[in-house]
Parts: sequence; structure tokens; C-alpha cells
Amino acid sequence: MTALVIAEHDNARLKGTTLNTVTAALACGSDVHILVAGHNASDAAEAAAGIVGVAKVIRADSEAFAHGLAENVAAQVVALAGDYSHILFPATASGKNIAPRVAAVLDAGQISEVTKIHGTDTFERPIYAGNAIATVQSLTEKNVITVRTTGFDPAAATGGSAAIEQIATVPASSKSTFVSAELVKSDRPELTAAKVIVSGGRALGSSEKFIAIMTPLADKLGAAIGASRAAVDAGYAANDLQVGQTGKIVAPQLYIAAGISGAIQHLAGMKDSKVIVAINKDPEAPIFSVADYGLEADLFTAVPELTKAL
Amino acid sequence: MKILVAVKRVVDYNVKVRVKSDHTGVDIANVKMSMNPFDEIAVEEAVRLKEKGAATEIVAVSCGPARCEETLRTAMAIGADRGILVETTEELQPLAVAKLLKALVDREQPGLVILGKQAIDDDCNQTGQMLAALADLPQATFASKVEVAEGKATVTREVDGGLETISVSLPAVVTTDLRLNEPRYVTLPNIMKAKKKPLETVKPEDLGVALTSYLTTLKVTEPAKRSAGIKVPDVAALVQKLKTEAKVI
Repeated sequence: MTALVIAEHDNARLKGTTLNTVTAALACGSDVHILVAGHNASDAAEAAAGIVGVAKVIRADSEAFAHGLAENVAAQVVALAGDYSHILFPATASGKNIAPRVAAVLDAGQISEVTKIHGTDTFERPIYAGNAIATVQSLTEKNVITVRTTGFDPAAATGGSAAIEQIATVPASSKSTFVSAELVKSDRPELTAAKVIVSGGRALGSSEKFIAIMTPLADKLGAAIGASRAAVDAGYAANDLQVGQTGKIVAPQLYIAAGISGAIQHLAGMKDSKVIVAINKDPEAPIFSVADYGLEADLFTAVPELTKAL
Repeated sequence: MKILVAVKRVVDYNVKVRVKSDHTGVDIANVKMSMNPFDEIAVEEAVRLKEKGAATEIVAVSCGPARCEETLRTAMAIGADRGILVETTEELQPLAVAKLLKALVDREQPGLVILGKQAIDDDCNQTGQMLAALADLPQATFASKVEVAEGKATVTREVDGGLETISVSLPAVVTTDLRLNEPRYVTLPNIMKAKKKPLETVKPEDLGVALTSYLTTLKVTEPAKRSAGIKVPDVAALVQKLKTEAKVI
């Protein structure tokens, strides 16, 4: 039984989520191969070969994979699938986009957002925004899995020395083409990989105030910035900062929630954080029921004060 | 152009579900059911495309028990022209739904299929992509903007780190993200009108689809509870705790 991990990368660099997915693949009790489907992605393939626990890197290099279009990457994975019992993707925007296409073609059920693995065919996954945990058993020979990366520690990124095998690539689909990307360039850590996250809610009142209050604190802590859905809906923060059931699932060492009341859907995205700090002036805010340290205060004075005190 | 929209009846998003004491599932007896919020966005988008003249007919589809008729009526009150209920009391997993929808795509030949990106009950995020694969259609998932012109859809997608725009040839499958639109409020006259719109009921066997289970649920449990910690009086005390007790800064 061998597992195939689909690497997430931007051709130059491997994304951290790949490391957590490797750990999950190893828990399926098998050898782990990793597919790097990209364009001029030799650096990403080299990085994958260094991951501890990876037995082989399969490199599929074609312009068709330059932007990770689901049609093309899924076809490549399906072409390789015969050799594998488990096919694992990180549960990121990219992994979630591609994995179900693979599962459907293989006529296998997909197990989404797996948080724990019990043996080769039994998995835990959250349902109802994390308000319940289902233990499911796969009934198909092949298991297509997306891995909730906060559920698994990252594999060591260096120290391994897997062989890299270059393979023939599938043709590009003519039905889908990449047009453009507007990716936010930021020196901050990625939300899903950050050790510290400072997150702002609707109480911030405007995008100007969101930036003015939250950025200095994030700078001081070297933290990623997150936001509640209410803050995103109100236009105070970009959607890709959203933490919650419909946004990113995070589990940093320290999560500071400022002006976030703590709706169920937000808690679903951050309640596995190691230490949670809540700053809110409403003593009844549900966020206090999950916070290790609650500070009942006006965020407009407390957050700048905290920034200064650090 | 015809648009097919898939809608799912789920526990209302405001309801906090409880796990059954025998761990066989969550208790959904006597709780409020509604249309999956992402599907509501899908219906709204289809109606806006029709209002802009990009579409001529909107067909809403729901798969599940007879009560899904309510969900279809809601879709028709938002503006769908007719409904198809694929009626079954069997448990439906995403791949089974994708196969039912594929059969309807073959029959109805829509130019565009719009679905919510995920249902808020099983949180799977699979059906749209599976349908696209089975029907050999291109997909544009997690859409925040959809433009249709000259046999193509140009779709802006929510991806990690920002936005991405792709162009897909029609027919295509689009799945909706939150910021695509804000669904309109359903008005009473439209609810009344929706009651008179045509609704067809078919069975999975009428569509030639045998329902299969791909997974079995062994048990459903409560998540580990996180207990509330302490309140600190001021920022100084907070910093002190983070440094000496939690040791995270």
C-alpha cells in the first residue's frame, strides 16, 4: 500500500501545508510518494525530495500545470492513481478544488478535511462546522482524502533524500484557461502556518481602523492577521483573511481575538489554537467561553496598549 | 441559455446541532431546516444572470426526501422558473448526488450549472467538482464574480492569498463563495407565485442512477470541549500571563 501526496507549491517553493499532508499520509501506514505537478518546478521538486519520510518524488512538468488548473492536475493524478491506495491533498483552496474531480473519476468517495487517521480506512472529520466529529470508514479500494493541516504536525522539511522521477504529462484541457491572479504580497506568515495570529472583528468599525489598530500589533508579534466573517462581510478586511467554517481553519500557538464576539462559525475555525486571548467590551461575548485569557475592555485602547507593552 | 442550480435542504445555519446520545448522528428532529446558504447564493446568481439577459431559464434541482420541495419552492420564490425533485429517502453522499445531477445535465443540457461550494451540514465541498468531472465539464469553484459572454464564463475565484481569474468554455460548473452576491429577500407575492410554478418529481431509478454508499459513518461524537479560562483585569496582567504562564511570547 502506497500513498500519493499531491504537493502544493508555486513552482518555486513548496507550501508548508504539503508537510502536514505527508505526516497524514505516513499515518495511513504506507510508503509515501509525492507528486509535484508544475511548470519549471524543479526547485519545488528538489524541496519535496528533502522531506523526511518521502520515498519518491514524481515530477510532472508541463505548462498545463503552471497555474494548477483543476482539470489538468486532476487528469495527471488519475493517470497515476492505479499504483496508490491513498491519494492525499492538503485541504486548501487548491486541494479542495482538485481532489473531488479525482475521486469522481475513480468512483471513490472522498473524505474531506480529515483531522485524525485510525488505520488505513478509518478517519475522523468534523461536520456541522466542527460541532460534531464523524468517524467514517471508507468502503472503496481507493481513498481520496483532503487533510485538515492543523490536525497533523508538519513532517521535517529537510533531511530526506528521495529520488526524483520525471514522468510523461497529460495534455492540457482546452476548456479552462488561466487569466490572471491578484495575490496579496505580504511579508507576514501565511494564516494557516502562522505561530501567532491577531484577528479583528466587526467592532473595529472600518477598514482604516482595522489596519490602524491590528497591523502594529501583528508587526510587533510577527503575526499573521485574521478577521471574522462579520468583519469581512462589512468590508473591513479581505476575504482571504477570514477565519472560520467558511474561511481558513487555523491552530496557532497564540490567537488574539479583538472585537470578535465569537459566532459558532468563527469558533469552528480557531478553537484548536493553543492559547486564545479575547479582548472584547461585552462581558457576555461567547468568545470568552473558549478564551484562556479574557480581557473585558475597549479594543481601541486595549490593543494599542498591548502593542506598546510587548 | 438554461441554468441548472442545485439546492440542498440542511439544518438552518442558526441552529446549534446536538450529537445524539447513541452517537449515531446529530439530532435533526424538530429543528429548523433551510436552504444551504451557499446554494441560496447560487440561485441568486442564476437569477441575476437571467435579469441581465445572459440566461433564459433557471431550473432548480434538489435531491432528497419529499420535504425538499420546500427548498425548491424557496428557489422558485427567489426566481427559478421550475423545479425538479429527485426524491429518495436513502442517505445521499456527494458522489451519489453528483451522479444524479450528471443524469439531469444530460437530460436538460444546461449552459451553466451553479452550486454552492459546500453544504453546511456535512461540510464536504465535493459535489460541484465531482459533477464537473463526471460530465467532463470545466469547473470554476469558489466564485466571487461571474461574467458570461460569447460561450465562455470568466470567473474570479477566492483562492489562498487572494483572487484568481479563469475563463471556462460553456457548458461549465460554477460553485459559489460567500462574496459572490447577497441573496434578495423573498417577498410574499413571490412565495405565492412560486407555489404555482411547475415542479417535477423523479426517482433516482428514473434517471438510471443506482445509489451507492462510498463511506459508512461509524460514530458521531461531540468535539473535545474547550473550557473557559480566566479574565484578566488589564493589559499588564495579560502580558504577564502570556509571558510567564502560557509562555507564548
